[in-house]
Amino acid sequence: MPFNQKPQKFNAKINTVTIGSGEKTVALGGNSTLPLYAFDAPTANTAKIGVEISDLGQTSSEGIKAYYADCATIGEAAKKAAAMEGADFVALFLEGGDPNGANKSVEELIAVVNEVAEAVDCPLVVEGCKNVEKDAELLPKVAEALQGRNVLIMSEKEENYKTIGAAAGLAYNQIVGAESSVDINLAKQLNVITTQLGVNAQKIVMNVGSAAAGYGYEYVVSTMDRIRGAALSQNDNMLQMPIITPVASETWGTKEAAASEADMPEWGSQEDRGIDMEIMTAAADLASGSDAVILRHPQSVATISKMIKELA
Amino acid sequence: MALNGIQIFKLTPKKNCKECGCPTCMAFSMKVAQGAMKIEQCPHMSDEAIASLSEATAPPMKTIKAGAGAAEFTMGGETVMYRHEKTYVSRTRYAVKLDCCMDEAAVDAKIAELQKIDYERIGERMYVEAVYVTYCGAHKENFLSIINKVKGLNRVVVINCKDVDAAAEAVALCKDGKPILNGADASNYEAMNKIAKDAGIVLGVSGKDLNELYDTVAAIEKLGNKNLVVDVTGASIKETFKNAVLVRRAALKDQNRTFGYPSIVDTTGIAAEDKYMQAALLSLFTMRYGSIIVVDQMTYAEALPLYGLRQNVFTDPQKPMKVNPGIYPLNGADENSVVLTTVDFALTYFVVSGELERSGVPCNLTISDAGGLSVLTSWAAGKFSGNTISKFIQTEVEPKVKSRKLVIPGKVAVLKGDLEAKLPGWEIIVGPREAVQLVKFMKDLQA
Repeated sequence: MPFNQKPQKFNAKINTVTIGSGEKTVALGGNSTLPLYAFDAPTANTAKIGVEISDLGQTSSEGIKAYYADCATIGEAAKKAAAMEGADFVALFLEGGDPNGANKSVEELIAVVNEVAEAVDCPLVVEGCKNVEKDAELLPKVAEALQGRNVLIMSEKEENYKTIGAAAGLAYNQIVGAESSVDINLAKQLNVITTQLGVNAQKIVMNVGSAAAGYGYEYVVSTMDRIRGAALSQNDNMLQMPIITPVASETWGTKEAAASEADMPEWGSQEDRGIDMEIMTAAADLASGSDAVILRHPQSVATISKMIKELA
Repeated sequence: MALNGIQIFKLTPKKNCKECGCPTCMAFSMKVAQGAMKIEQCPHMSDEAIASLSEATAPPMKTIKAGAGAAEFTMGGETVMYRHEKTYVSRTRYAVKLDCCMDEAAVDAKIAELQKIDYERIGERMYVEAVYVTYCGAHKENFLSIINKVKGLNRVVVINCKDVDAAAEAVALCKDGKPILNGADASNYEAMNKIAKDAGIVLGVSGKDLNELYDTVAAIEKLGNKNLVVDVTGASIKETFKNAVLVRRAALKDQNRTFGYPSIVDTTGIAAEDKYMQAALLSLFTMRYGSIIVVDQMTYAEALPLYGLRQNVFTDPQKPMKVNPGIYPLNGADENSVVLTTVDFALTYFVVSGELERSGVPCNLTISDAGGLSVLTSWAAGKFSGNTISKFIQTEVEPKVKSRKLVIPGKVAVLKGDLEAKLPGWEIIVGPREAVQLVKFMKDLQA
């Protein structure tokens, strides 16, 4: 008696959200299976990978420094990032805007955004500095500067959704990245209030919160598992937005990736520790439901891109 | 297939004797159907009824044990597809592969490398729990000498061997350590089954596709052996992932007990000579239904994120992870370094200690027993209060630390006055509300 293989079919699917304009666009989501379950139904869009560059320079590891060694400007770095094998889009992280860090002015950062936008024609994601007040000031300006490019603006949070959601989603017709902190109810709540502003639900991508492997990652797993379950089996249209997960900004700061070989001789190669932390966290995110991940290291991008292709 | 209460009731003596503790046989049957009671708790049930019922009421996935003594571990026994539905019970185990084509120096180097991974993380020992010894069919002498070498390592030996004679010899060498014999397939299962059963060890079953695997497992079950694991490794990453998911789904969702066994995933063929891809697959199959995952190497680069991931994924959602209360000196702190305090919730500890380390400022992070709850929750529950903190500081910290500066989390700033009253001689400083602000806070504090 052969094995009776039962496909798990759903009558719902994740929204398809397209980022970018002109010939180079990238589609996130669109699938009606649980994450990576290509054997249940054909995959509409495989998961996508963004390469992250920071306005403060590409210095997370020696390998990353070496990859960008010949780039004198952020525009050149953006070109190099877009050309990375396996890259689907470029994610510009404006971390220099953080008032507790470099505290760059909005004008300075908009100049960076413009330089990157001119240098590459690939789909773009712009990440704010993560400070709620500064982002509320900065991200509407980013949305304005990039009119017509159909970029994903990250992140709109519950504290500043009115400014960012309205500017990105309504005034300048960009894609809104809705960020909540690892809880299905918070994620849904933010989608609800964002659509109540008038933003089209088909133009929202969620960042439901992330963590590095080992750092409370169980919350990330269960949040994504539950969101995907509700989106597909209960057809909850306030949770059917594709999920994007910034992996690199979580993993490269961990002790495992950042401790030097001098401090931790028994841990071996620091480069490999950073790469594996990024790869393993990204693979787990994809298994739980991310439709896109944001990475930094060329090796991580190559490996995760290959894994996605193999599983499709 | 699971039976409902009425079907079970038909098999009971229908005497309503109450000896099981239930008022009627019907009530007892309903409890058995829900899994709240076991059928054996009825003293009047006939043997035939018990036999037919125990099959139907058995858990969907068997719990299989391998290894002896300290090396013993448990696989399977899962009841849910997702951890939020209840909890996962048996964490994934990792095995490093050695094969008979490797020369002695390479084998010794691999053994030395895998033994280096041995550390503790939040109360759990992290090490490579198994070695996977593969026989290619040509170098039997070397194969057996590797078995001899690894059997004393205090790890579970998984013998990957399709050759019946070689398997018998290998099992004879190490059967006291309760190895796993991963060798049965459609062509040899009768002989392999005999070896495994005679030695009382777990048998691994493989097949060229899911149908063949399914039929072979069913055939071995018919021979009376249910001490099995299924090798779900296919020809590609895609097929292996599909197999791992479908086997687990069939067992738990469709109650198909033939596939109700733990799994083995061997990444060394489907991601040959690609350590980064093997790392990705370690993570993927830890998330999705690998019981034992085989790789070519385990160094700290793979182990640190992987064991952290596993510890997170397999933690019981109903019980928060806790760190041990105590003093954690950071950045080379000594007894004169500033003291900070927070709760014992593992996530809080990791985020706070990570940020403190990033600040580079020497400090003593002290953790008191707050029931494994977050700062605000434990404060609301009275487990992180002026009393508990001051008591902990006086009994545990004062004898060991000379500094009299204590930083408390910004979220419990209200405790400042109370602590100043209860801890004479201490300067109480209110820290930031969020951990991300600690780097700047610590640098300012030092300046």
